[in-house]
Amino acid sequence: MSAASYYMTITLFIPCFVDMMYPKVGISMVHILERLGHKINYPEELVCCGQPAFNSGYWDESRTVATKVLDRLKDAEAVVIASGSCGAMLKVFYPDLFAQTPQAQNAKNLASKCYEFSDFLANRLGVTDLGARFPAKVTFHDGCHGLRELGNKKPARALLAKVRELELIEMKDAETCCGFGGTFAAKFPMISTAMGEVKCASAFATGAEYIVSNDSSCLMQVQGLLDRQKNPVKTIHLAEILAQS
Amino acid sequence: MKSFVREFITQSRHVTQELRHRQLIQTALGKYEVKRDEKKAAFQNWPAARQAAAETKWEAINHLDQHLTDFARRLEARGTVVHWASTAETARDIILGIVRDSKARSIIKSKAMTAEEIHLNDALEHAGFEVVESDLGEYIVQLRKEAPYHIVFPAMHLTRGEISELFARELGSAPTESPEELTMIARRALRQKYITADVGITGANFAIAETGMISITENEGNARLTAALPKVMITLLGIEKILPRLEDLALFLPMLATAGAGQALTCYNSLYGGPRQPGESDGPEQYHVVLLDNRRTQLLADPEQRDALHCIRCGACLNVCPIYRNIGGHTYATTYSGPIGSVITPHLRGLQDWKHLSYASSLCGACTETCPVKIDLHHHLLQNRRNSARQKPSRTEKLTFKLAAVVMNRPRLYAIVKKMARLFQPLHKLVKGSRLDPAYAWTQTRDLPTVPDQSFKDWWRTRA
Repeated sequence: MSAASYYMTITLFIPCFVDMMYPKVGISMVHILERLGHKINYPEELVCCGQPAFNSGYWDESRTVATKVLDRLKDAEAVVIASGSCGAMLKVFYPDLFAQTPQAQNAKNLASKCYEFSDFLANRLGVTDLGARFPAKVTFHDGCHGLRELGNKKPARALLAKVRELELIEMKDAETCCGFGGTFAAKFPMISTAMGEVKCASAFATGAEYIVSNDSSCLMQVQGLLDRQKNPVKTIHLAEILAQS
Repeated sequence: MKSFVREFITQSRHVTQELRHRQLIQTALGKYEVKRDEKKAAFQNWPAARQAAAETKWEAINHLDQHLTDFARRLEARGTVVHWASTAETARDIILGIVRDSKARSIIKSKAMTAEEIHLNDALEHAGFEVVESDLGEYIVQLRKEAPYHIVFPAMHLTRGEISELFARELGSAPTESPEELTMIARRALRQKYITADVGITGANFAIAETGMISITENEGNARLTAALPKVMITLLGIEKILPRLEDLALFLPMLATAGAGQALTCYNSLYGGPRQPGESDGPEQYHVVLLDNRRTQLLADPEQRDALHCIRCGACLNVCPIYRNIGGHTYATTYSGPIGSVITPHLRGLQDWKHLSYASSLCGACTETCPVKIDLHHHLLQNRRNSARQKPSRTEKLTFKLAAVVMNRPRLYAIVKKMARLFQPLHKLVKGSRLDPAYAWTQTRDLPTVPDQSFKDWWRTRA
């Protein structure tokens, strides 16, 4: 189904850290999807998918938050999530979290209409050329949740391939974790940092000016280390590149 | 109880600051990855091979009772004595009993992680026996009085120089950096031990139910000598090593070699089915097989995680794990390190004591992706976390997540928290990165992003 023949109402899920710290990511998504002719619905009261509690083992507390998400998104036509990690939570982990509860079916239904942003563009809408122009050398970091839970390796690269004047240089170990891992980063900061150092070094070795990803949480980790190292390499979210013209 | 986690954190901090050590491990495992990919490509269809292996192990584990009795019966028919050990202590006692009965003095041993698991060498040495490890890597760590660093590569953390120094000190050899010469030094010392040993102890890679045979794969020929020369042979293995059929080895031997060491096949692949039979010219006079449970049946009783018993101990999950690659094998302080160790150690040695290993993961899933028998490793880490929080929640954490849920579910409260974050940002600069910083865990090594004046929600509202 091409974008031109069918316009949808897309419900955006903007997680807390994107809302608070990376609003440009969400804004870029709105611009891109509206430019394609779709209507955006943004449920303002949804801010968290419940992943931090879930990953820490506190499933009851996670369900308190996730139940609201489930109820509010019940009737959505399609849900686009501004993070591979939160996307994995809604799409892959909600069915686990709500298994053997009255909401089990709701969770399954929601899972089937959730998309991480790049997956939505490339696979659901079938659009890869957004007319963007970004004259720079970039390297792409695969966020683990997007890559392994959602199986999204190709969409981001297909989208980047169509960006004018952009040169993608793949880094060694693009699929190696950046070390963020949510609460892991705070619980085991020394391990998290060591992993981040390896990631930064392999990105730096490409000579790229930007490290691109479709997960702002990975980029927060990488940028945090780069800034501390006074490394001039910048991080940028895929949506921000695609919104440039 | 807390000391395991404290020790883990201290060791992690130590190793992550040792850049040379991290570099050594990453270089070695980088080379492994290249070899592994080469050998994987030789399979017609690696994903299908993994699926077949997972299904075979599923069958083996879900009918373990039947396979084990078949296995034992067939071994016994050829004169092997089969022992069933439900705990580590029982296994040690059984082995000590056999060694005493055979009036042995010295014992030669080939590589067996189960022996590490039950601390067999300590028990034997304590009882006055000499035990010598015959696998080169194991021999090296034994001389250093260290635990193996890795399931498959016990001495991967050492440089040639360090091994040369060790040999010079312990064996009186001349210093050399040549791997061949180092191997020859160990070989000369070990050959003598094979000849004088009264008992040989081995582990097993697979146990074939159909034929009642033990399969051992190795690269040095040391397990063969361990099995062939002494009068008495003992094999210690976990009950999960079962494979239903002999033909299963056609898949599992190349798969283990590929995933474990980036080899098409290990150099020596042997099958043992009993002691020396009438008319045979060699082999041990007595053969004992010790089957170890040691809480594996508890894992079997857990329907969510019993696939962890599929593990063939190839070590592939350690090799790709970014945690393992940065903290190294000894930091885990467990017999089985890396992702598989973090999954099974809580089952084998207690959830509350070892839950920290399940938390010490970014849940990246590289382990699950690489596992040749498709164990759902990183999701099991999540389940261990859930089980431990259910069993014994941390009060602070529970309260934190409860409060967070209250804030997240109430837009007005969330708006206040956001406003406060913005207000406190300039103040945060005063303490940033210091011990007074509430975000110290983050800011000690990393900067925080600047919170922009306008949030996404603020922007959205300007459009309305």
